[in-house]
Amino acid sequence: MLLTLTVNGREVSRNVEPRTLLVEFLRDGLGLTGTHIGCDTTQCGACTVHLAGRAVKSCTVLAAQAGGAEVTTIEGLSGDGLHPMQQAFIDHHGLQCGFCTPGMIMACVALAHEDPDMTEAQARERLVGNICRCTGYNGIVAALMDGAKRMAGDV
Amino acid sequence: MYSFEYARPNTLNEALDILCSDVEPRLLAGGQTLLAAMKHRLTAHSTLIDLQAIDALRGVSVDGAILRIGAMVRHAEVAAHIEIRGRLPALAVLAEGIADPSVRNMGTMGGSVANNDPAADYPAAVLALGATIHTNLRDIPADDYFLGMFATALARDEILTAISFPLPDAAGYFKLPHPASGYVLAGAFVARFGDTTRVAINGAGPCVFRDAAAEGALSARFHPDAAAGLHFDPEDFTEDLHAGKDYRAQVLPHVIRRALTRALA
Ligand SMILES: Cc1cc2nc3c(=O)[nH]c(=O)nc-3n(C[C@H](O)[C@H](O)[C@H](O)COP(=O)(O)OP(=O)(O)OC[C@H]3O[C@@H](n4cnc5c(N)ncnc54)[C@H](O)[C@@H]3O)c2cc1C
Repeated sequence: MLLTLTVNGREVSRNVEPRTLLVEFLRDGLGLTGTHIGCDTTQCGACTVHLAGRAVKSCTVLAAQAGGAEVTTIEGLSGDGLHPMQQAFIDHHGLQCGFCTPGMIMACVALAHEDPDMTEAQARERLVGNICRCTGYNGIVAALMDGAKRMAGDV
Repeated sequence: MYSFEYARPNTLNEALDILCSDVEPRLLAGGQTLLAAMKHRLTAHSTLIDLQAIDALRGVSVDGAILRIGAMVRHAEVAAHIEIRGRLPALAVLAEGIADPSVRNMGTMGGSVANNDPAADYPAAVLALGATIHTNLRDIPADDYFLGMFATALARDEILTAISFPLPDAAGYFKLPHPASGYVLAGAFVARFGDTTRVAINGAGPCVFRDAAAEGALSARFHPDAAAGLHFDPEDFTEDLHAGKDYRAQVLPHVIRRALTRALA
C-alpha cells in the first residue's frame, strides 16, 4: 500500500506492506535509527515516538495506523541544538548506556507537556512504561522533573 | 506477523461491508492487544479494519444519569476527561491504572471490552455498573454480555459502538496488580445504587463475575468492614504462574474492602 505521513515535519510517501510496524518503517524505511527496538512486546518503551502529539510505543503501532498523521522521533525533537529535555538528561546523568534514552526522552517530553507540575512520585509512576537496565532511574526522574520546568520556561 | 490487507473505513457501514464480505477480517482498535497476538502469529487475518476514522465510535456524553462512552475512546481520554472525573471518578481511576501512559494513548475501551481478558480492568466496571453495551445490531445488558474467558455475546459481524454507564450514588475500584505487567490478579468494582450494591470481581476467575454473597453483605451495609466476613471458594478461581487460587480467594475480601474505602472516600 502507498503510505503517506509526516515525519519530523517532512511529508514522506513510501510503498509498504500493511504489516510493517511503525518502528520498522522509521528505522528501515527512513533510516531514522534513533528509535530503538528493545523488547518488541510493548513493555520497555525504547521505541517511544510521538504520534499526533501523543507518546506511543512504535513497536505496537502499524505504520499504516499513522497514515496521514504527524510523527515525531528523537531526531526531530529539536530543529536546532538540543531540546531542553535532552539537556536536562545530560545535566542530571539521566543515562548510562543510552539504549533506552531516545524512548525515555520522547516519553518525558510528552509527560512534561501534559503536566509540567508533576510531583516526583507522579513522575516515577508515569515512567512505568519505560525501562532502564542500567538502574539510572534517579537521574532520569531528576531530568524529567527539571526538563519539565525548563520546557515550561520556569528556569 | 502474517500479511494482511489494511482498511480504514470512514463510516460504520463501510466497516460492516468489509466485515461481512471478507474471508477472515478483524477489527483493529488501538492494536495494543491484537498486534501482540499477531506478532506471535497466534492469529492471522485477511484484512484489518482500522476503526480510528469512524466518528460515530468516538465521544463522551452525559445524559441525565447515564454516561455514554464511544468504543474508540482511549484509556488516556477516559482518565483525563473532566466530566468522567466529576461524575464517575472510579472509572477515570480505573482507566488511569491500565498499563502505562503510552499504551493508554492507543488502547480503547471498546477493544478492552470486546477482548474480555479475564485480567482486564474495564469489564469489572461494565458489569458492576450494570452498563449497556451498544452495537450496530442491538443493546446488550452487561449481565448477558460476558460469557467466559475471552468470550462475549458479540457476534462475528457485530461492532461494539459505545457503552452506557448508569451513574451510581457511589462507586470504587481496586485491583491487586501483577507487579510486572499491571494486569489484575484480583480486583473488585463496587457500585451503590440506592440501597443495593453490585459487586463485580475480575482477575480472580476465568471471567469477570458478580458475587451474590458480597452483594448481599454490601447492600445491607455499604462499609469497608462489611467485607471482613466474606469467604470465597478457591475452586472457582484461577491457578496460574502469577498466583495460586488459594491466594486469590484469601486476598479478595481485602481487595473488596479497599474498593469500598475508595467508594466512600
Ligand atoms: C504492556 C501492556 C500492559 C497492559 N496492561 C493492561 C492492564 O493493566 N489492564 C487492562 O485492562 N489492559 C491492559 N492492557 C491491554 C490494553 O488495555 C488494551 O488496550 C486493550 O486490551 C485492547 O484495546 P485495543 O483498543 O488496543 O484493542 P485491539 O488490540 O485493537 O483489539 C482487541 C480485540 O478487540 C476487538 N475489537 C476492538 N474494537 C472492537 C469493537 N469496537 N467492536 C468489536 N470488536 C472490537 C479486536 O478485533 C480484537 O480482537 C495492556 C496492554 C499492554 C500492551
